[in-house]
Amino acid sequence: MRDARGDVKRPIGLRLWLSGGWLTLLVLSAVFAPLIAPKDPLMQDLFLGRMPPFWMEGSEPGYFLGTDSLGRDVLSRMLYGARLALIVALVAGTITCVIGATLGLIAGYYRGWPDRIISRFVDIWMAFPPVLFAILLIAVLGPGLMSIIIAIVVIDWTRFARVVRAEAMSQGAMDYVASAQVAGRTRFGTMLTEILPNVLPTIVALLTLEMGIAVIVEAILSFVNLSISTDSPTWGGMISEGRTSVHQAWWVLVFPLITLFLTVLSFSQLGEGLKDRFDPVLR
Amino acid sequence: MSSYLTIKNLTVRLKNGAPILRAVSLDVAAGQVHGLVGESGAGKSMIGKAVLGTLPRALQVTSGEIWLDGVDLLSLPASERRRRIGATAALIPQDPLTALNPSKRIGPQITRRLVDILGWRKQDAEARALDLLGEVHIPDPARVMRSYPHELSGGMRQRILIASAFAAEPKLIIADEPTTALDVTVQKQILRLIGEMQARHNTALLFVTHDLGVVSKVCDTLSVLYAGKVVEEARMQRFFMRPIHPYSAALLAATPTYTNPDSSLTPVPQTVTDAVEREVREHDLRAGA
Amino acid sequence: MTFFRNILIRLLTTAVTLFGVAVIVFVVIRVVPGNPIAMMLPPGATEADIARLQAQYGFDKSIFQQFVIWLGGVLQGDFGTSISTRQPVAGLVLSRLPATLELSIVALVMAVIMGGTMALLGTRYRDTKTEGAVDVTAGMALSIPDFLWGLVLILLFGVLWPVFHISGRISPALNIDFTTNFYLFEALVRLRFDVLADLISHMFMPALALAIPLAAIIAQLLKQSLKETMHLDYVTLARTKGYGENHVITREALPNAILPTLTLVGVQFTFLIGGTVIIERLFSYEGLGNMAIDAVINRDLPLIQGIVILFALLFTLVNLVVDMLYVVLNPRLRHA
Repeated sequence: MRDARGDVKRPIGLRLWLSGGWLTLLVLSAVFAPLIAPKDPLMQDLFLGRMPPFWMEGSEPGYFLGTDSLGRDVLSRMLYGARLALIVALVAGTITCVIGATLGLIAGYYRGWPDRIISRFVDIWMAFPPVLFAILLIAVLGPGLMSIIIAIVVIDWTRFARVVRAEAMSQGAMDYVASAQVAGRTRFGTMLTEILPNVLPTIVALLTLEMGIAVIVEAILSFVNLSISTDSPTWGGMISEGRTSVHQAWWVLVFPLITLFLTVLSFSQLGEGLKDRFDPVLR
Repeated sequence: MSSYLTIKNLTVRLKNGAPILRAVSLDVAAGQVHGLVGESGAGKSMIGKAVLGTLPRALQVTSGEIWLDGVDLLSLPASERRRRIGATAALIPQDPLTALNPSKRIGPQITRRLVDILGWRKQDAEARALDLLGEVHIPDPARVMRSYPHELSGGMRQRILIASAFAAEPKLIIADEPTTALDVTVQKQILRLIGEMQARHNTALLFVTHDLGVVSKVCDTLSVLYAGKVVEEARMQRFFMRPIHPYSAALLAATPTYTNPDSSLTPVPQTVTDAVEREVREHDLRAGA
Repeated sequence: MTFFRNILIRLLTTAVTLFGVAVIVFVVIRVVPGNPIAMMLPPGATEADIARLQAQYGFDKSIFQQFVIWLGGVLQGDFGTSISTRQPVAGLVLSRLPATLELSIVALVMAVIMGGTMALLGTRYRDTKTEGAVDVTAGMALSIPDFLWGLVLILLFGVLWPVFHISGRISPALNIDFTTNFYLFEALVRLRFDVLADLISHMFMPALALAIPLAAIIAQLLKQSLKETMHLDYVTLARTKGYGENHVITREALPNAILPTLTLVGVQFTFLIGGTVIIERLFSYEGLGNMAIDAVINRDLPLIQGIVILFALLFTLVNLVVDMLYVVLNPRLRHA
């Protein structure tokens, strides 16, 4: 990939800064949503339905980005929607990461029968198409926040397990690991003190990518009404509502869409950027 | 004596300006075999690549002339130059294992260019390919024409590449270390075959190699290259009896012979390489001034 | 002969995989908490009503017995009865399959054309701004999933510049009396260009949304592979024969560079088919995926089961076809 770039330099630093900046902004608005949201996100006002954003003719003061068909404030709903998106990203991403990375680390470092069992599982999992898996799980578990998180974890742990296993395997073959063992460290101790720190950058990069995936999965499931109850503000739910009234009130679709777009892009660019920065082969 | 290939003051540089070839000049006459010797990195392969227009993208010809069959290639527009080279010159590549397209049968790999570039009729091209495969002593040419490269041995593939090089009756053939990738036993056969084919078709042959032993067997004249500069150009017998340049002499001393097989362990003395380095620097200074 | 033996082995493993999928799906669905039968009946229904209906759907027997009965039916083409529509699952699913197949294949074709063009451009003008542009475009296209591309397309070509239909598969006003549900194919065969235009106008955006990420993958992989091939000796040799850059790339390098890309494209194509589920929903396109989501919302277990198994069949078939293509395109394997 290095030579593929040729003389076209990619501003890796800029990429990291922009995506990191957007995500920080998002976290702040999610945390302080009750303070900064101009309106109650659930408050309906049927007389103020489908008001356009502030710069357009006929906009209503106080509703910066307009209102949806029930007269709810788009901006406030987006700010509150960020909460759910980030909770899912954080919780689902972390659990997936911990489970997948642990299994991958054990399989890649201990080899032998733990590796055989874990790898077998990964193979079976990979043969199962992810979308079907998700449908099946949601059908069984019923809609809801927990179901979404469980579905993400159950489907995506293999992503971590595979990559971390390969990485741990190549690290385990290196001389410094052997010398740590000779120095009297236990196998488990070596894994934590020698292997894990070297695999960590990869794990962090994968985690970032996984968070982006979690955000989009949550949005998709809210979009098809399989996420949490329909009146709580979610980006996916807003997009779903905006999709049906796109000809009358495009802003209900456009603003959450832009937010979702930037968020997913930021997570993936951050992940790629971290990977490039930490990957000793690429550096 | 008319020359098929004349190179005058050819200078090739990296994009950043570092010279790879320094004002190289040489002549190859019809029916002559000219050896191009030097250590790896001396730039000998780059001369062949410059002539054939296959220099790596990082390199460019900055000055000089390359006359092929009476036309200065560098003065032609790119597409015209390509056709000209395709019609009058050919390459025998170094590694027979990678020089044939794995997804195509042997037959088309020899005949396509005759049809595409030279406008032959398909049947003529095929008949010609069969003849040539016979000339390079390939048993059952008709079957080989239908084979894929992976079904043939390395020696066979090198024979096919030789046959293919002669297909369009080129005026000039450039052989780029054609025996380096082969077994010693196969090497001899291939060398003999190249000599035989060259004599029969009366082609000019530019033979690029690091091996003076090989040069002594096939070449009529030779140029010795060091750091992209021709340090000596000579006729064969004279060179082996009395090399003029100290670097040539050192190179010759480092070539194993039957009487003294260990002489390849004799390194080129430091004083000699220092002297040549100095010469090269002086050249660069003069070129810069 | 080994070629046919390999295919036979592949078919057998495919059957085993499908059987495994069927078992898993069946078991997972039976342990679902909540009673789907109870939800079908009006609130005032008695225990006896529920029991009667459970017996009708076979839910009163053990899981193993249910599976045997179900499998016996499947082998005769009977996938049970949908709870929400009370129609045979097989018929429902097969009536929607053509729509999804057409959408997936059109998307694949678009992806190959777009990705291939980008890869060829990037190789032809390598180490220039053009290649940089190809890299950046592919990188962007890849980090955004098909769902978001679909929404962006709706805004662009449905609202800002409304040239395409944003929902449905075909205009209801159009009077078609086709014998199959392969509308696109049948319109082509019958030379009904009015229908064809209408179908394409509906299909363009969902297919494009599905195609963009795959096109990006093809562009990246194929370009990488092409650039590696361009350094090989036979490519250099072809140059000395008088061929131009375009010929060298398309005739010498491409046939060899395609192979490593092909396997991955096969895997990615199954992801694309999976993506139809949400994309069909987004564009209200009447295919299998849209039906799957309705089935999940209605907790229509027999229908979910049928759809999942049909998808699994599609996926394994795609993998099988890719493996066979690989053998056909690679002379080394063909004559091995």
